[in-house]
Amino acid sequence: MTDYEECIEMKVPARPEYVGVVRLTVSGVANRVGYTYDEIEDIKVAIAEACTNVVDHAYNDEGLISLQFLVHDQFVEFKIADDGKNVDVEELKKYRGPIKPGEPIQQLSEGGLGLFLIETLMDDVEIKKDKGVAIVMKKYFQKDGVAHGANGIEAETINKHQ
Amino acid sequence: MNLDVKTETLSNETKMFVSGEIDAHTASQLKEALMPLVEQPESSVTVDLRGVDYIDSTGLGIFVGALKSTDQNNGRLRLVSLNERVKRLFSITGLDEVIDIEERRESAGK
Repeated sequence: MTDYEECIEMKVPARPEYVGVVRLTVSGVANRVGYTYDEIEDIKVAIAEACTNVVDHAYNDEGLISLQFLVHDQFVEFKIADDGKNVDVEELKKYRGPIKPGEPIQQLSEGGLGLFLIETLMDDVEIKKDKGVAIVMKKYFQKDGVAHGANGIEAETINKHQ
Repeated sequence: MNLDVKTETLSNETKMFVSGEIDAHTASQLKEALMPLVEQPESSVTVDLRGVDYIDSTGLGIFVGALKSTDQNNGRLRLVSLNERVKRLFSITGLDEVIDIEERRESAGK
């Protein structure tokens, strides 16, 4: 993996009123590095979902959300981390997915959509358990309308050959 | 990063106009306004999302909760005038299959 070109970092309190602040910041950064309008909107949703997870689950009391955006040649790596100790990652992974048509209305889940959205909107998603939980997501640039590495493999290969 | 909710009660239905951004911070405001309406027996509630330019999973979850409530109380819930971005999230999550949604018709030539 080649090194990143730029790094943007921030820390905000893990409180719902800061999720919007992160969204605005991410929007600005994504715009600066050259994503399209639709990509920026997708990134905003994914990052906000990751932050909301931290706000809802990571801490009993006060805590911080650490954000790191590493700008690579063909993608940006977005890392959202906490140092809370309360999240069961396996449980988190198990409980997600879209609404299935035909499911009885009373059995529909009101949660579990966040992680599903993240995985749908970003190209590559990894959840790591360290001190707390870190979600690392990649979004490739779709320059010239070509989806470089939209499956997360092609661009990886290109990088290695450079 | 604010949310504005207005309701209008007509003889046979309630209309709710929402504008702003629906996220973890503002969702409680929407929930407080919407739930009492959908908990009434045989209610008919139309939520106009014309002014909403952002929604996240917390917001989607509230509409799932509202749908369950209308289903239980023989009521009806309809979402209208969703912009493309908001509609997209309802589609990705499959919610457009279970909730009655009418998206905004984009004017020709736009």
